[in-house]
This record gives sequence, structure tokens and C-alpha cells, in this order.
Amino acid sequence: MHFFKCSQGNPNPSPNPNSTNLNVSKTMQTSYFLRAVALINMAMPASSTMQRGRSIRRAAYASMARAAGSRRVWSRAVLRRLQHRRERLIRRPSGAGRRFVIRRRIRVSTPREPTQADVLRRLVPGGKAMDFCNLLEETANYIQCLSTQVSLMQTVADSISG
Amino acid sequence: MSSRRSRISEEEINELISKLHSLLPESRRRSGASRASAAKLLKETCSYIKSLNREVNDLSDRLSDLMATMDTNSAQAEIIRELLRS
Repeated sequence: MHFFKCSQGNPNPSPNPNSTNLNVSKTMQTSYFLRAVALINMAMPASSTMQRGRSIRRAAYASMARAAGSRRVWSRAVLRRLQHRRERLIRRPSGAGRRFVIRRRIRVSTPREPTQADVLRRLVPGGKAMDFCNLLEETANYIQCLSTQVSLMQTVADSISG
Repeated sequence: MSSRRSRISEEEINELISKLHSLLPESRRRSGASRASAAKLLKETCSYIKSLNREVNDLSDRLSDLMATMDTNSAQAEIIRELLRS
């Protein structure tokens, strides 16, 4: 199975280097996602629909982050999260131990109302550690990758449902 | 919060804000208007990200249902076909 055939050699070479990068990135995102879905299909034939749905959702964010690579704070944060999850599952292979990990966090009391910037920091992975300027830039890139992922998933779903 | 903040020019922030503005879906309607207030833009950005996350969730469930109703071989074939098409 040659999943990466289409990522080699851009059939439409464009003079604008930025759009070429975007095309390559979109292609990579597509290949990662389809490969992950194929693996889910093969490896979990007996799983419940809900479980498979969760795996597909993880695959969606994973392929976004892998395509963006380590260049972005948000993609590094997503990949870190997934890595921690894998390590946790290796320690407890059943995976059905404590479903809810209680994380003790030292709460810095914020008496003021959370601003929109605070909300944004929660929504963008790794947002808490960024300064405001980086946050805006990361947000723009995150939104681009998210909407690419959504349209890619729509295309796959439409083509499967015939 | 570090006390050492690099000097970010207002110009750079405005640039980033207009870039973000152009990425939001409703911004095309108001393309003639002067730049939206930063707070309003952030609010729209947050709700846009939330709606995108919801769409990913819904599409994941939809794909999961579709995979359940297809037999393995044709699902694989369909996926590979889609890959070669894009």
C-alpha cells in the first residue's frame, strides 16, 4: 500500500511558495488521516461505534498536528498530549482503569472575569504559555488547519456514503 | 507573567488582528467596514473554534457509523480511492 504516492511531486507547481507549502501540508494531513482511519478500520473491527468515533477524533487532531510538525506551539502541545496518553496506556494496557485522572492544579485565583483572550488560550492547544502576539499567530494557523481537517473529513464521509 | 516583555509594535498586532479577521467566515460581508474591535474579534474567533471542534466531533461520529455499515474490504478500497484522488 503506497499511501504517500500523492505527496510526491506536486502536479500543479505554483509560483507562490506559500501556497505550495499549504498544498503540501494539506496533502500530508490527508495522507495521515486516511492512513489512521484505515488502521482503525483494520485493528478495531469489533469495537463500539462510540469508541471508534473517539479514535477517529483523536486521529483527526493527530493528523493536523503531524502535518504542522514541530514548527508550531499548538501542534507540539497536541503531539505531547497524545504521547502522554500512549505512555499511560502502556503502563496500564487494559486502558480501563481509572477513567478520570484527577489532576491537582495549583489554582491562581483570578478574581476578574475571564477575558476573551483567556478563553482563546484555553481553546488553542498550548495557548496558556504564549504571549499575546504569538497567540494570535498560532490561532490563525490553528484555524486554518482545523478547517482543512473539517473539509477533508466531509469529503471522506461523502465519498464513503456514496 | 514575565516582567521582561518584548516590545510588540501596535502595527504588528493590528496586522495579526486583520489576518485573523480575514479567516473568520463572516468577515467577507463586512469587508468594507473598518477593523472590528479586538474584543469582538476574539469573541468571534472563540466561537468559530468551538464550532469547528463540534464539526470534527460530529464528522467523527458520522465516519464511525459509516464504517460500521460498510464491509471491511469496500471501506478500505473507498479510502484508498479517496487518497489517490486528492
